[in-house]
Amino acid sequence: MDYIAASSNNYGFAHAVETLIGLEVPRRAQTIRMMLLELNRITSHLFWLAAHALDVGAMTIFLYAFREREYAMDLIEDYCGARLTHSSIRIGGVPLDLPENWITKLSKFLDKLPENIADYEGLIDQNRIWKMRLEDVGVITPEMAQSWGCSGPMLRGSGIAWDIRKEEPYELYDEVEFDVPISDTFDSYGRYKLHMEEMRQSIRIIRQVIPKYYKSEPEIMAHAPQYISAPKEQIMTQNYSLMQHFVLVTQGMRPPVGEVYVATESPKGELGFYINSQGGAYPYRLKLRAPSFWHTSILQELLPGHYLADVVTIIGNSNIVFGEIDR
Amino acid sequence: MGFAQTKGDNKMRKYTDKKNVQKKPYYTNRFWVAPQIPKEDISSDEVFANDIEKLKEKFEIKEAYIQRGQLVIYINASDNVEVLTYLRDELAYNFLNELSAIDWLDKKAEFEIFYQMLSTSKKKRARIKFFIKEKEPIRTVTAVYKSADWAERELYDMFGVIITGHHYMKRILMPEDWFGHPLRKSYPLQGDEEASWYEIDKIFGKEYRDIIGPENRDSSRVDEDDTYNFSRIHHEVGFGEKPSSEVVHTDYQEEGGVFLIKSLKKSDSKILKERP
Repeated sequence: MDYIAASSNNYGFAHAVETLIGLEVPRRAQTIRMMLLELNRITSHLFWLAAHALDVGAMTIFLYAFREREYAMDLIEDYCGARLTHSSIRIGGVPLDLPENWITKLSKFLDKLPENIADYEGLIDQNRIWKMRLEDVGVITPEMAQSWGCSGPMLRGSGIAWDIRKEEPYELYDEVEFDVPISDTFDSYGRYKLHMEEMRQSIRIIRQVIPKYYKSEPEIMAHAPQYISAPKEQIMTQNYSLMQHFVLVTQGMRPPVGEVYVATESPKGELGFYINSQGGAYPYRLKLRAPSFWHTSILQELLPGHYLADVVTIIGNSNIVFGEIDR
Repeated sequence: MGFAQTKGDNKMRKYTDKKNVQKKPYYTNRFWVAPQIPKEDISSDEVFANDIEKLKEKFEIKEAYIQRGQLVIYINASDNVEVLTYLRDELAYNFLNELSAIDWLDKKAEFEIFYQMLSTSKKKRARIKFFIKEKEPIRTVTAVYKSADWAERELYDMFGVIITGHHYMKRILMPEDWFGHPLRKSYPLQGDEEASWYEIDKIFGKEYRDIIGPENRDSSRVDEDDTYNFSRIHHEVGFGEKPSSEVVHTDYQEEGGVFLIKSLKKSDSKILKERP
């Protein structure tokens, strides 16, 4: 799956299972999830910028963007211990509360990032080579984007303002204010501008979530004995919690019979999980809809008519991660 | 001799069901009745009720309900292209987000095909479904939604569902000469016999099966004594040499230093508590 923004995969599945069993996630967990998801979006977009710019030939921006990505990954590492393939979200909540000083570090990072983004834009926004390589290259018209099932920045780059966070809000996205940037040029340069703007919007979202975190109650896991183990302390002290923990570990969680398709806005686009449950511990059918698979298939119509050098721009620009293609 | 059979008597191989060889839970409660996710009536949602009414005039709708906020419609397998065209042109479902199959061959000898649709103007999602027999072909919907192109190839690759009219129907994830369809319930979880010899047959030839042996399928296996493929931290030896238990601390610097590079000693380095 998408190893550039691993928590978004975590979240997509956890959210799908929660929808399947109808679980309410505590507010504090929701705020932590949102911070992690937006941090993931920032790391993903920074990586996208770095790799794309390197492909097109801008080496400096690669080093700068990777530096900032490192700070963001440090924050994620502080939270869950892993840097790249993190597992920071559980079904029913999050495993841990935020560590001490984490918010302070996060705020420091968020204060600095807009300056850095301005730096990147100073380097390439009006850069003649960058503009020549990106403008009018890889034009995806709105009709094409709809027919090929584009999502995320690829869709908004075609002028269709569709952001799942806005239109079908999950977690606390309906309580925060943010804009959905779109591009009306439909080309690679428009999508570049869009990615930069999305990073700014992510910063804006995290800033609004921080006070919500402080106001929330300290619970981080949903209370649903049928599906989720009690907190560790209860398992060690309460007999019934221990028994129930044993049952959940040996037999697995048994969700109700039915099917759901739950889509979330991952940094690359619409990440959907289709779950068909027959009431057993294993899903009868689980289908992942990973955005890169669909964005790769559009290349067959997008590439013909371009120069060979533009192929590099288009592939880099469409933000494809191959872990999402073979899943 | 009684009922118990001794080992020698049992000449028959134990019968195992080949139709569904997928992983089963370790323990299942015989008396557990799983609750159902409620299927709401169509009339509970105005938009969906309107959609269904229009669809019913043109096509045969076998079943329709709303589950977890999404419309689920069962149609005839032969209507798939027409229904999707109608949904796109008349009912503003402008995206085909996902299509795939569910394997019911074990229970009903059928595949269940689903198309996951999205309408951005109505902000609604719908799932169009139908059943087909194992070798019953379905028509391609690539003419309606181009996004079906790769998804249908994946559907064929993973389930062996035959799709007619597709412009380039080949496997997409597995190699072209792969045997079997990996997402069927009858396909073993670790791959079948063919799969375990696939690479050896392909690269070296069948006669090398005995020499090389079956492929190791445990991706996390680390052999400490294997110095061709692995190295242990602080126990590094040369490529292919015998493993040693001696602890070696190296600073990875050529003797006498490297041109323009100052010698980096671990003991000289300063460890920062925080990034600058």
